[in-house]
Amino acid sequence: MTTGIKKIILTAILLIAGILTITPFIWMVSASFMYDGHASVYPPRFFPDVFTLVQYEKLFSHLNILRNFFNSLFLSCVITIISLFLNSMAGYAFAKFRFSKKDKIFKFLLSSMIIPAQVTMLPLFLLLKQLHLLNTYFAIIIPGLANIFGIFLTRQYIYSIPDSLIEAARIEGASEFLIYRKIILPLSAPILTTLAIFTFLGVWNDFLWPLISLTDSSMYTLPVALANLMGEHTKDPELMMAGSVVTVIPVIIVFLALQKYYIKGIMMSGIKG
Amino acid sequence: MNAKNLKYYAFMFLAPALISIFVFFFLPVIASFLISFTDFDIYSLNHPERIRFTGFQNYSKLLNDPLFWKALGNTFLYVIVASPLSILISLIAAISLNSKLVKFKSVFRLTFFMPVVTTLVAVAIVWRFIYHPRFGILNYALGLAGIEPLDWLGDPHYALPAIIIMTVWKNFGYNMIIFIAGLQNIPDYLYEAAILDGANKFQQLRNITIPMLAPTTLFISIITMIGFFQIFAEPYVMTQGGPLNSTLSIVLYMYREGFRWWNMGYSAAIAFVLFFIIFVFTLIQFKIKRVT
Amino acid sequence: MKLQWFKYIILLAVIFLLNSCNHNETGFRVVRFWGLGVEGEAVAQLIREFETENPGIIVKVQMIPWTAAQEKLISAYASENLPDVFQLGNTWIPQFQELDAIATLDTFINTSGNIDSSKFFKGIWDTNIINGKVYGIPWYIDTRVLFYRTDDLYNAGYSRPPVNWSELLDVSLKIKKNKLKKDLYPIFLPFNDWSVIVIFALQAGAKLLVKNNSYANFSSGEFKKAVEFLMQFYDKNLAPKGSMEFNNIYQAMAEGYISMFISGPWNIKEMKKWMKDELENEWMTAPLPSPDSNGIGISLAGGASLVMNKMSNDKAAAWKLIEFLSRPATQMKFYQIVDDLPARREVWNYPEIKKDKYMKAFFTQLNHVQPLPKVTEWEQIAYSKIQQYMEYIVYKKMSIDEALKKLDDDVNSILEKRRWMIKNNLL
Repeated sequence: MTTGIKKIILTAILLIAGILTITPFIWMVSASFMYDGHASVYPPRFFPDVFTLVQYEKLFSHLNILRNFFNSLFLSCVITIISLFLNSMAGYAFAKFRFSKKDKIFKFLLSSMIIPAQVTMLPLFLLLKQLHLLNTYFAIIIPGLANIFGIFLTRQYIYSIPDSLIEAARIEGASEFLIYRKIILPLSAPILTTLAIFTFLGVWNDFLWPLISLTDSSMYTLPVALANLMGEHTKDPELMMAGSVVTVIPVIIVFLALQKYYIKGIMMSGIKG
Repeated sequence: MNAKNLKYYAFMFLAPALISIFVFFFLPVIASFLISFTDFDIYSLNHPERIRFTGFQNYSKLLNDPLFWKALGNTFLYVIVASPLSILISLIAAISLNSKLVKFKSVFRLTFFMPVVTTLVAVAIVWRFIYHPRFGILNYALGLAGIEPLDWLGDPHYALPAIIIMTVWKNFGYNMIIFIAGLQNIPDYLYEAAILDGANKFQQLRNITIPMLAPTTLFISIITMIGFFQIFAEPYVMTQGGPLNSTLSIVLYMYREGFRWWNMGYSAAIAFVLFFIIFVFTLIQFKIKRVT
Repeated sequence: MKLQWFKYIILLAVIFLLNSCNHNETGFRVVRFWGLGVEGEAVAQLIREFETENPGIIVKVQMIPWTAAQEKLISAYASENLPDVFQLGNTWIPQFQELDAIATLDTFINTSGNIDSSKFFKGIWDTNIINGKVYGIPWYIDTRVLFYRTDDLYNAGYSRPPVNWSELLDVSLKIKKNKLKKDLYPIFLPFNDWSVIVIFALQAGAKLLVKNNSYANFSSGEFKKAVEFLMQFYDKNLAPKGSMEFNNIYQAMAEGYISMFISGPWNIKEMKKWMKDELENEWMTAPLPSPDSNGIGISLAGGASLVMNKMSNDKAAAWKLIEFLSRPATQMKFYQIVDDLPARREVWNYPEIKKDKYMKAFFTQLNHVQPLPKVTEWEQIAYSKIQQYMEYIVYKKMSIDEALKKLDDDVNSILEKRRWMIKNNLL
């Protein structure tokens, strides 16, 4: 077989795989621009026969999805920012400070990553009930304040920052927090960006915990609102597709804008993990 | 600055994260463990005095609960069928994308990766419609190939495979990226030496690529497996665990017992059994890889 | 530049946190109402009238899908966030009464000119009474009747619907003989819907739970009789085993794949939609057949009630909303929007309902209904246990005796806490 033929075959396979991968998205977007019932036809339509925004109108005027959109956006941003600070601080401590049982604590944290989060949900629910925080933003923010994966990722990166930089700053009399802010944070910007995307997408896409802890529809995040909507609108695929588009578009934008960092982060977690 | 002072700062840096992790992760884990030995239920939600210590009763009940075994069996199906499938597809995709013959690599990479970042609930909704027995595009495509339409999510035989297909579609891009990173770490001279020895493509794959990827594969198989053990939103959104519990997973069962019937003691026991299984499987994976 | 960005986020945060605390709008009395499923969406169309009648009161409606209703309502209770008024399936009332989440309505009823027990169907009203106190006002009714194809029955020699069990079996056998194709079934009896077996068991006279509802009684002769009767339909291929063979039961009816099914009022609209043109007069509804006599078989006293949050800050306004939704005129409108059967008797005299020939069977059936056991655990027993063991029986994974014995054991273990509570006088 010549390389030319091989090349064509390989590209063809990838092209087919790519089309298969992207088809659900295309169908989602095009069905969201259809009138009620226009997606429920045989043979299926790939493009709207009559283009309409009526589904989006319904979503935004009727079903108040803007509120859910902002809930998701707000919670994702807040948790991302807070957890970035907490994780990088702890990562810094694990990377550059010496204290007793440091390695043991770190290893313990790492190995506890296999505990499924579902184990904590019941007690967390009861704890937040006791604190009267269920059905508030805090119910989502508090459990997301810090996470072991974030500590691990930042520690690995900060570890490679030369000690001499920190020592020099100390000699010049910089306070420890100043060092953290002026040296560590800027130097670890790439990994922080990566972690920020991870966290943002994680919170945006999270479903089980918001489903349990938020009861008021005005508090729902997008995925919960969407699942709620689906309970009664299985017969309106066009509307549901529009809801899916609204939910998915922001994450795709974030991903496409920052994909370099994101993919690099995944590669790093894979190789060093 | 002296060592004692540094220790103080280390503590200050660690405290916020570790305290938060302790209070909102480790403490609940411990509490959950304790709850699993009680009959905490809806009657006790506002009356702690109605909680009784029941020893291992929840666990022994679990062993005699056919629905638990059903959920466990389904979960193993998700793990055993979907994990290798997902790993295989991502490996093929990674090797193809790593080939020097392919152009527009980054476009393909982004395409394959797109499903990973998207919201599961949203794509599950889309897939529910793809699987629609009459109007879905999957049955339409099968129809073009002369295959009778299937009631994907309504038939107990096809519902679980249907969910697996969707999950693999959603997740293979993630593993693919890690595999690509692994492939790029394999030094070129190994292949060059192999070519000098007259090894063909397949031999190169078997003798260089696969062994060199072993650590990556271990990592991928562990995270993929853990992910499938915890599968929840897919069956929750697509089938609610039905039809006839054919897609019920352990976490969905845990959710149902805990947050639908409010048998929290029982639900906590399910969670711990899941934890135990994941723990054992992770250990086994490490052992196998160490031996080979 | 980075700080700038940061400021915006913090600003956003502050706005949102303030916003989430600020529930009370100025000067208005807010009544929060949660409706379930279709009803939850439809009720929004009725609310405007209530608000114009009661200036100063605003109703905030939220829809909860049925599939997640149970967990949402209880977690709302746990987070002290239940709305002032909400809709409950009447089998859930014991649970919320036990949680001390809903208020007794007796004092409101005593002073109300609009609501009293005599205006409702007795069997349905009774589902709202616990220990002699009223906890809910019936909103709409869901009882099950027989839907059938008149032409198929006629061809099988029946010019009227079957009135007892043996006729039901007989007509099914004859239809089967007429329809020679293998995948045609005379009747659709989904065994993964607990209501089917429970209806037949209640007809046979089974007491599902005994001793103050604290012990299971499924291995009783009556329950077994019902199971054995049902099994004849599966064994003789008169009813499909796979519940999902018909994705759309109306379509299956219209295309002649099935001739009868037992279900509730929401089917009427769909049936009218599918049974059109030459099929328009080929279907009917009928009260359920009885076990041996020619009387009327018992059906479920299902339905939904309106209940009031015990912690509501504005019970007077909440009651006004309940009264409004229970008015005959409102009930009529509601019927027209969603096809739910009105809980008030007088609404059944309205011409729109009286003239509907399909409604007659429901009216008759409503005088022959029986409530389900009033225990917190009922939902769990029905959904997770009865359905599960029916599946085992139908698929022959267990003998009837073995399965019912196991069902008893499982249910007894669910009820163990209840027995303990009774013993310690906590219930």
